[in-house]
Amino acid sequence: MSGRVLVGVKRVIDYAVKIRVKPDHSGVVTEGVKHSMNPFCEIAVEEAVKMKEKKLIKEVVAVSCGPQQVQETIRTALAMGADRGIHVEVSAKEYESLGPLQVSKILAALAKKEEAQLIILGKQAIDGDCNQTGQMTAALLDWPQGTFASEVTLEAGHVKVVREIDGGLETIKINTPAVLTADLRLNTPRYATLPNIMKAKKKKIANVKPADLGVELASKLQVLRVDEPPQREAGVKVESVDDLVGKLKEAGRI
Amino acid sequence: MLTCWASRHPCVPWAALRSRSTASLPDVPSQQPPAVSFAPLQTFSEEEGMMREAVQKYARDCIAPYVSKMDEESAMDPAVIKSLFDQGLMGIEIDPEYGGTGSTFFSSILVIEELAKVDASVAVLCDIQNTLINTLLSNLGTPQQKEQYLSRLSTDTVGSFCLSEAEAGSDAFALKTRAEKHKDYYVINGSKMWISNAEHAGVFLVMANVDPAAGYRGITCFMVDRDTEGMAIGKKENKLGLRASSTCPLNFDNVKVPEKNILGQVGHGYKYAIGMLNEGRIGIAAQMLGVAQGCFDHTIPYTQQRIQFGQRIFDFQGLQHQISHVATQIEAARLLTYNAARLKEAGRPFIKEACMAKYFTSEVATLTTSKCIEWMGGVGFTKDYPIEKYYRDCKIGTIYEGTTNIQLSTMAKYIDKEYDH
Repeated sequence: MSGRVLVGVKRVIDYAVKIRVKPDHSGVVTEGVKHSMNPFCEIAVEEAVKMKEKKLIKEVVAVSCGPQQVQETIRTALAMGADRGIHVEVSAKEYESLGPLQVSKILAALAKKEEAQLIILGKQAIDGDCNQTGQMTAALLDWPQGTFASEVTLEAGHVKVVREIDGGLETIKINTPAVLTADLRLNTPRYATLPNIMKAKKKKIANVKPADLGVELASKLQVLRVDEPPQREAGVKVESVDDLVGKLKEAGRI
Repeated sequence: MLTCWASRHPCVPWAALRSRSTASLPDVPSQQPPAVSFAPLQTFSEEEGMMREAVQKYARDCIAPYVSKMDEESAMDPAVIKSLFDQGLMGIEIDPEYGGTGSTFFSSILVIEELAKVDASVAVLCDIQNTLINTLLSNLGTPQQKEQYLSRLSTDTVGSFCLSEAEAGSDAFALKTRAEKHKDYYVINGSKMWISNAEHAGVFLVMANVDPAAGYRGITCFMVDRDTEGMAIGKKENKLGLRASSTCPLNFDNVKVPEKNILGQVGHGYKYAIGMLNEGRIGIAAQMLGVAQGCFDHTIPYTQQRIQFGQRIFDFQGLQHQISHVATQIEAARLLTYNAARLKEAGRPFIKEACMAKYFTSEVATLTTSKCIEWMGGVGFTKDYPIEKYYRDCKIGTIYEGTTNIQLSTMAKYIDKEYDH
């Protein structure tokens, strides 16, 4: 096995920022807004770096798709311990319509090119909340998938994954190469220490175009409109169950 | 919104007007820098930007939860000190060869500012270590001394700078601590006061006089390890602010220090002290800047949420004018501080500017914190909100590492020289 792990990292609006919808309802305001690495991607990077520290794998490669700015996110992954980065260049215009399917195609192509043993992604991004990229990537590669991982044990030729599911925890054993997606409790990501930030400067980030990987970026989806969720109205207090039933009938709910 | 001023002025391109607050990294496509560029003062290298973000996150997650408790108990949590070392924040300019980060003075300034936004006491611990102790060792240490101390200072040992005494504050060179020479060692007798970090320090840089007859030209810098016999660390002061930072008197009773523990040359200690304090005061400026900004950052959201007379209190013109005035002062303080740091890094004269930065930012911190309490109203006056701590913490800014009056007198000397033809 190559001992190489590919980790996808996405640059998203920082979780603490108050999101605002653009006046033309075409999307959310991103200009001048603080961006950071998607929290689930941080967990994915941490897991890969821990595997390397335990000498279970040899190299961690951080990948991000997008315009120039995503290099910041790749650098953060490098500062956390990834060995090198790959920036898949996507113009700002194309980035607006870039979705899980195109990213999965890119990751699948890269995984083959890099002979990756594992792909670790965050379970979802906090902007799109799609929760599709990991699963699609596995399908395109015809690899097994261990999603919503809260515990990962890498052994020779396979991975044991404890998954967080609705009913509790499910433990599966899948062969490598495989795709894993990180859930919240998988680990606590380390802070990039200052010495590691300095070391990250020397690590390489390669530039790749989607066309070089044979991937078409055209999307079959089109965002028609983006709106804020409806404002929460004040509630009404009722005295009895009969009142409650009456009010619900009035509102046409039952 | 594109604004074209009078027809004489060309319309300014959109990118130049976009606000560049330090709180957020703008999402702009990177543009090719012009051939000769004079970047705004608030321009950071990629690594400086990453460090600032990393420290912001770390301070928010690892220090903020302890701040209140450390203030109440007047004690720094050892876990916090350890995490400062683990993050590489205690050896920012130290060479990686000695386990340090190998970064620049400006990075130290950014780190101190970010730490101070969360806790001024943690910031001062980091400031003293980086701008005083590490700098002195790096600049003056013999290879053996660097070998012995630098890797400890960057990984697990806190340092203390011991100059002041009960009778020697601003008049530092009136210090009375004596060092008597014997063969290959010195015997130190005397006491020091107001020594920061003393409770946790593993090494003390002690200024003592080897030849009182020579006045200040006898002052020499000795490196004294913590458990040296005869050295006693007194009870820490019960302070108004910076309570988590230990401030203790030290007593030296026939403390033997080997000759090889002299830092630099005998009788040159006064020079080193002045030199280091010139740089240290930029660090204090960064600390006061962080105190002002941190306090401000906690207060404005409150003014946006608090409704009185049917509107946000932020919307009252009276409040807006006060807030804008304070924001301007903070911006000016920031520019003074960053510029002083960049001047020093560029090897240009910076002492007058460093004094200005320290003097101005400490005054701005006092103004800001005081105003913030007022804007918060009653809750600003309670310990349930973090504002009152900033108010208490800022006061020492006009006092330590050179009082405001000393800064002003120093500046005057430079101004006098400038106009002296």
